[in-house]
Amino acid sequence: MKKILLWGGLAILLVFLSIGLYRSQQGQVGKGETAPDFELISFSGDTYQLSDFRGSVVLVNFWASWCESCKPEADDLEDAYQYYLNRGDVIFLGVDYVDTEPEALGYLEEFGITYPNGPDLRTEISQAYRVRGVPETFIIDQNGIISHVQIGPFSSFEHIISTIDPLLE
Amino acid sequence: MIQKSKRTLWWILSAVLLLSLIPVAANAQGSDPTDDEVNAVAKQLYCPVCENIPLDACGTAACEQWRGIIRDKLAEGWTEEEIKIYFVNQYGDRVLAEPPRRGFNWIVYIVPVVIFVGGGYLFYRGFEQWRSPEPDSNVRKKEKTTPKPVTLSEDDISRVEEELRKRSQR
Repeated sequence: MKKILLWGGLAILLVFLSIGLYRSQQGQVGKGETAPDFELISFSGDTYQLSDFRGSVVLVNFWASWCESCKPEADDLEDAYQYYLNRGDVIFLGVDYVDTEPEALGYLEEFGITYPNGPDLRTEISQAYRVRGVPETFIIDQNGIISHVQIGPFSSFEHIISTIDPLLE
Repeated sequence: MIQKSKRTLWWILSAVLLLSLIPVAANAQGSDPTDDEVNAVAKQLYCPVCENIPLDACGTAACEQWRGIIRDKLAEGWTEEEIKIYFVNQYGDRVLAEPPRRGFNWIVYIVPVVIFVGGGYLFYRGFEQWRSPEPDSNVRKKEKTTPKPVTLSEDDISRVEEELRKRSQR
C-alpha cells in the first residue's frame, strides 16, 4: 500500500512537471490555428472583442513603449492602417504588453498612432497567444484563422501590405 | 497671578507642540520614498519580461518603469499590499514572487512539504535500519532449515554406542 502511494505520488508529480515543461516549450499560436478570442479595453475606454470582427481581416500587434525594436515598425503600421481605413474590412488592434500607461500613451503620441490600442490586462491576451516578446504581430483572416505570424518588426510598409492584401482578394 | 502665568505657559507649550508637529506631517506627505522603500516592494515582484529576476535587481527599461510606478504609488501614500494588488490587476498573478494561495497555485506550497516529509520518513527508516540491522538472510535460511531434533530409540542408542566402541578399538 505504501509503495503504491509512493509511486502514485511520484507519477502525479511527474505529470505536473511534464505539463509545465510542455507548456513552456510551446511556441506562439501558429499559422492555421484559430485565433484565441479576447477582449481589449482601449486606453480611451472603448471595448473591442475579436470575435465581433469575423468577416474582416484583423491585425493584432503586441508592442510596448520600452521596446526599442517596436519603434521602427510603428510608423509603418499607422501608414498601413490609414491605407486600409476606408475599406472598413481591415481592423488594426494594438495590444500594449507589460507596460505602464503614461509611457504607453507617450509612445502612441510620439508615433501618431490612431488605431485602437489598449493594455494587456493581467497579460491574458499575450498568454493566450503565447507571446514570447515584442513586437509580435498576428494577422487573422475573415474566418478567425491566423494567416501570418510576424516575430519581430515588419521591415516596411510594403511588408505589411504584402501579408494583408492576399487575404482581401 | 500664578494661575495666569501657568495658563500662559500651558498655551505656549501647546503652541510649540503643535508647531513641531506641522513640519513632520508636511514632510511625511511630500517626501519622496527612498530607494530602500521602493526596493522593499520591488523585491516581492517579478516582471514577466525578465523571467526569474526580481524587480529590485532587474535593469531593463520595463523594470525601471515599474519601479517608477512603485515610487509614485508610495509617494501617494499607497500601502505595500495595495501596490501589489495594483500590479496583479495590471499584469496578472505571475508578477508575484509568492503566488497567491488558491487553486492550482497550492501545488507550489504542497509539493515541497510532501517531499520534505517523505524525505524525512525515508531518512528515518534508513537510520533505523542502520542502527538495528536485520538478521542476515543466510542465517535466517539456516534457521529455517535446521532439522528438528530426532528422538532415538534405546536400540538405536545401543547400536550407536556399539559402533563408537568398535571405532575406538581400531
